[in-house]
Amino acid sequence: MRARDGIIGRAIPPAAVFLAAVVVWEIIMRTTGIPVYLLPRPSAVLRSLAVDREALAGSLGWTALAALSGFAASAIAGALLAIGLSASTFLRRAIYPYTLFFQTVPIVAIAPMLLFWFSPGLEPVAVCAFVVSVFPVIANTLDGLLATDPALRDLFRLYGAHPAATMWKLNLPSALPNVFTGLRIAAGLAVIGTVVAEFFVGQIVGKVGLGVRIVSAIKESRTDLAFAAVLLASLLGLAMFGGVNLAAHMALRRWHASEQ
Amino acid sequence: MLNADESEKAGQSPIAYVFQDAHLLPWRNVLNNVALPLELMRVERGERLEASRRTIDLVGLADAADRYPNQLSGGMRMRVSLARAMVTEPSLLLLDEPFAALDEITRERLDEQLRQLWSAAGMTVVFVTHSTNEAAFLAQRAIVLSKRSGRIIEDRMLELPAQRTGPLRATPGFAGEVRALYDALERGER
Repeated sequence: MRARDGIIGRAIPPAAVFLAAVVVWEIIMRTTGIPVYLLPRPSAVLRSLAVDREALAGSLGWTALAALSGFAASAIAGALLAIGLSASTFLRRAIYPYTLFFQTVPIVAIAPMLLFWFSPGLEPVAVCAFVVSVFPVIANTLDGLLATDPALRDLFRLYGAHPAATMWKLNLPSALPNVFTGLRIAAGLAVIGTVVAEFFVGQIVGKVGLGVRIVSAIKESRTDLAFAAVLLASLLGLAMFGGVNLAAHMALRRWHASEQ
Repeated sequence: MLNADESEKAGQSPIAYVFQDAHLLPWRNVLNNVALPLELMRVERGERLEASRRTIDLVGLADAADRYPNQLSGGMRMRVSLARAMVTEPSLLLLDEPFAALDEITRERLDEQLRQLWSAAGMTVVFVTHSTNEAAFLAQRAIVLSKRSGRIIEDRMLELPAQRTGPLRATPGFAGEVRALYDALERGER
């Protein structure tokens, strides 16, 4: 591997872009005099990250827990559902159209109702994260499962493979790259779903997620704190995305072109 | 090629099939690809790995047992595919233009290896090919089918020695057999 392909070589260009954008933003804010209740200065956001770090860290932890729970539920339920759908054309015709509900439901309208349906706390928030992030897992996993090489399917049949063995040893491994594509999309969506739900949750004692923090900061015209929380939510999504990438790399590096 | 051993025990599949392309499982190394049929037939692990190693030896890939398909050349992949078919000790081996996608030199080498494997293992091999050269080199008995209807135009036992190696291809006897197959094909075109 050449040095410029290494982790540092890959980190420098986006970091430089980020830094440049922040500097330009700061300069524009200072020269044009845009009021900080409309848009905070980057330096103020940084200060808020430092000053409010304890509150923000608590919120980040709470949001991360909810997002990860929803994401894990999406990964497991989405993959299982896709396996079921791939096994039967009838099931696929009957049920697959309804999984689109997860993709098309206006989550902002559903989120407040989730609060009535589930006991206040982690549950409704994680469910919201699940609802917005499960469809990409179902759709991509199903695509992968159905795209198994027909010649290999014949081979498995020739040797009298049990359907479970065909699923476990052929269909699932060959669908794995697609599963990871679904999980990458789901990781970001789970964080969005979590923050949206938190907008409606309001403050539950000791359980203030980033979404709650954002809403209350905006009410107090603390745009610096709101942006700090938004930044953390984005970074959480990025971290989860990175986690999926790492898992994909571990699982696929030996054999799949996408990881070589 | 004719020959048959009808005995059947655990881990033996009476028929094995090799596709036009290798169709290996890309996430498995050579050893585990070859072991696949035995695994699906629920042969015990130690036994199936031993049988797989033996078969990999036969096709001359002992050094590549730990490699993955994407680290192999086209000819090597085809040999893995052949080993996977042979690991169950089939009494009938069906090959559908298995070397068609390979370059000529690789192909001739694999033809030779296949002859050797056949002499050693003694299964019946049905080999479909569009190459008269390949047919003449491999076959004990050659059947020529017509283009559209698949009617049998020619069915002949080849008069060539049992031991066949590269130099055979340059002999008049070999050229005669190729010519006979070619003529039969021409007749089938009409």
